[in-house]
Amino acid sequence: MKPEKPTETSPDQGAGTGDRPLWREEFSIYKADERYVSRRQLTKFLTLTSLAMFAGNAWILVKSWLRSRVTYPERAIARAGEIPVDGVKLFEYPGPEDQCILVRTSEDRYVAFSQKCTHLSCAVYYSPAHHRIECPCHEGYFSIEDGSVLQGPPTRPLPRVVLERRGTDLVAIRMEAEREAR
Amino acid sequence: MNGPRVSPTRGLTAIDGAMALIVLLLVVQMWLLSATLDAYLAGHGDAALPGAVISGVLFLACGGLCLFVIRLEKLRRVGGAVDSGSSP
Repeated sequence: MKPEKPTETSPDQGAGTGDRPLWREEFSIYKADERYVSRRQLTKFLTLTSLAMFAGNAWILVKSWLRSRVTYPERAIARAGEIPVDGVKLFEYPGPEDQCILVRTSEDRYVAFSQKCTHLSCAVYYSPAHHRIECPCHEGYFSIEDGSVLQGPPTRPLPRVVLERRGTDLVAIRMEAEREAR
Repeated sequence: MNGPRVSPTRGLTAIDGAMALIVLLLVVQMWLLSATLDAYLAGHGDAALPGAVISGVLFLACGGLCLFVIRLEKLRRVGGAVDSGSSP
């Protein structure tokens, strides 16, 4: 014999759909109801996941707007001739936690890049033997000329620090993104 | 009878279809988020606005489908399709 569905409820049982209390909608004794409830709950979960995706996109939009307003300080990072050819100097730019690497590639040419690998943020180093910047974690190689990816898992080039020579000082002016560097 | 009837089987089929569509939209949204993030990290900030707009539209579509599922379930209850006490 099939159990009959309740038709009456007391006022203190909550506001459910129709004549049933809310808790009975969520915890039904009927198997068919349970199929609906589980689907409805999964649908709500999926919709919340969709909301999270949208929130992520909105966060990127906000960060993008904030980044476009960033002004870079001008800072002397080294003196010309301070490091030998194929020599390296580490410095922080633009913030104290942003490690960068300055390389003297020839007698009068200096290049500087962020020291964070664009793959998983390992610290990259300069390899004079291969004349390239290397990441020791996953063997990602970057060109010393423009920081572009030569090999390995990184897909983006190293952000470049724009340098200007003022007298004997090498001054960092700003960071360059991939699009500007190319 | 106090409302439109929704047969349990057809109701479930409609809900399953809506859920499949939501999953499809979610996959697109995930791809969109990863692509936008990758572009942002690469310095292409101009991809953020269309990414957010499209993601919002996809979220609204998911929300609409969710409301459809909830409404369908309510219709089934109110409409009195109550011959559901047995297991399939």
